[in-house]
Amino acid sequence: MNQAPLIALVGNPNAGKSALFNALTGARQKVANYPGVTVERRSGRMALPDGRPIELVDLPGAYSLEPSSPDEAVTRDVVLGRQAGERTPSALVVVVDASNLDNHLRFTLQLIALGLPLVVALNMVDLAKRDGLDIDTDALSRELGVPVIPTVAVRKRGLDELKNAVAGLVGSSAPKAPAAAPAEDIVTLQRRARKIAEAATAAETPIRQFTRTLDRIVLHPISGPIILAALLFIMFQAVFAWSEAPIGWIEDGMAALSDLIATALPDGFLKSLIVEGIIAGVGAVVVFLPQILILFLFILLLEASGYMVRAAFLMDRLMASVGLSGRAFIPLLSSFACAVPGIMSTRTIEDPKDRLTTILIAPLMTCSARLPVYTLIIAAFIPNSTVGPGIGLQGLVLFALYVAGIVGALIVALVIRRTVAKGASGGFMMEMPKYQLPSLRDMAIGLWQRAWIFLKRAGTIILISTVILWVLASYPKVPADSGVKQSEYSIAGRIAKGIEVVVSPIGFNHEISLALIPAMAAREVAVSAIATVYAIDDTADEEVVSQELGDRLKGRWSLPTALAFLAWFVFAPQCISTIAVTRRETNGWKWPMFMVGYLFVIAYVAAGATYWAATAAGL
Amino acid sequence: MRLDQLPLNRTARIASIDWTILAPSEARRLRELGFDEGVAVEALHAGGLIGRDPIACRVGRMTVAIRRAHASAVTVADSE
Repeated sequence: MNQAPLIALVGNPNAGKSALFNALTGARQKVANYPGVTVERRSGRMALPDGRPIELVDLPGAYSLEPSSPDEAVTRDVVLGRQAGERTPSALVVVVDASNLDNHLRFTLQLIALGLPLVVALNMVDLAKRDGLDIDTDALSRELGVPVIPTVAVRKRGLDELKNAVAGLVGSSAPKAPAAAPAEDIVTLQRRARKIAEAATAAETPIRQFTRTLDRIVLHPISGPIILAALLFIMFQAVFAWSEAPIGWIEDGMAALSDLIATALPDGFLKSLIVEGIIAGVGAVVVFLPQILILFLFILLLEASGYMVRAAFLMDRLMASVGLSGRAFIPLLSSFACAVPGIMSTRTIEDPKDRLTTILIAPLMTCSARLPVYTLIIAAFIPNSTVGPGIGLQGLVLFALYVAGIVGALIVALVIRRTVAKGASGGFMMEMPKYQLPSLRDMAIGLWQRAWIFLKRAGTIILISTVILWVLASYPKVPADSGVKQSEYSIAGRIAKGIEVVVSPIGFNHEISLALIPAMAAREVAVSAIATVYAIDDTADEEVVSQELGDRLKGRWSLPTALAFLAWFVFAPQCISTIAVTRRETNGWKWPMFMVGYLFVIAYVAAGATYWAATAAGL
Repeated sequence: MRLDQLPLNRTARIASIDWTILAPSEARRLRELGFDEGVAVEALHAGGLIGRDPIACRVGRMTVAIRRAHASAVTVADSE
């Protein structure tokens, strides 16, 4: 059905491939999965200068055609025309970093040997210039025997020339089959690549490296960790501080919508479903969009600027002490946004035991889905006072919850590496890319994709579980004069009674028991579930209905209960998506079951300890 | 001298690499990151107050982070 020629973007990691992809396709992108594997397929449409449409696909970064990860295997299979569900590319755009030709040309030589029509995008020529390196494009093109176009993807330079070159490659004939992978070994290729790079280097002034100077401070054994800690602290404070205004707008919007529907619709099933079920439930989750986006913004900035690998470098020593490597820090940091992409990115960890351990502790990083739960409880129960200049008590409690997750993860990693994943620790070898000013466009596209995924979740998983819960909590209707609460009399209430037996020793009340079931789907559902339950119970009382959820909780939960609830969510594995991705990435049910089991045990113990300690302290 | 003993900010050349003390996957990654006989190397930064591990070194035109244990497989000679 889709007959536009397929052009594949290929290149080493850190060649600026994704930036080039974004620059060429803009927002017209589709993110899907390759069938049978969890590798993302990013594709987009664009028009050639002569008006012909093409489909551009951004392949995962690879060092060579011998894959060491599922991502690299997809890259190999697509360029060889062997990937299921993908057409053979009509042409390749090979992206190389102008200041790193020695290494990137090795992969380029392998790709040229395949015989597909091919153009080299000599990317980041501006950074090469900054480092005193001048590449002779014509000489490089002669040596390689293929067209070479200098580009600066983040500044949109060289794109028209690149499109023209691609137009020249895409003929009317069907794509030809690639030749078998070349037999030349990596050492020979590497040496040839170095020779070509040398021949193409027109001038190399003594290096005046910006990156190196900055690294003196950023990687310094004393200032380095201080900068890292400061960045993380600013990131978590910003999540609270910057989101206040946009959250207010969303809340106002929801309230207006709720009023509008309440007056427009007649009383009855539909009206209460929409107002108490959907708007109260889904709305309670959507208000956290600003916070989630702020968190993702920081992570995207850290990645795109090149700082993330520095953080891994600084963390390597600490990670080594629990049997992991600094590389594990990157998936773990992205797990602060969401454990699912975090677990997927553990694929870059080559050592299987390192990788398994990282997967098992990834859910302990405080993901953005916990933020709705944390912020609701913190805003309701922790006074908004300051404990020092610029340090709010609420922000401090949030910080403590993050720290609890991290410390828990380190301890668990230590135990796992000495028991179920015993063995020698893997190594730490990583390329450290140059620092780069991230482009506004790349950040905007990245954020837009995250926002869309979140809203899609709110519209599907969260909406469905909210509606089911609303129905279960609304029926059967409690008799008018019984004095029993609707949420206790209903079907959901009766199910929750069973759970309450188990969780009441750790301070959980009836509403929490009720919320824990649908929250298995996703943590933030706990908030919408509680919102729905109280909305149903409170319909009789007009005054209370208009209250914010936090104010409703204040009067009903004791402080020890609220704190125990927070402690529970630091550890509890309440996320179907995480369990599913763990199953996929570990090829079976053994490890996801292990993960769920150990996390529930820790969650129960932590919540119980918090509840009893807080009660004993007279809170 | 081995790469892990090379003082910071002194350029040297890789004389030989003992591939046998590295796991096969580590050896390949090291090659992919540009380690090869004859390539210029320079130790740029050392992390951590304890052990000063890992180290960041320039290999050709690339900066690579590597633990001292692996760097010890690389023998370097003064570049002339």
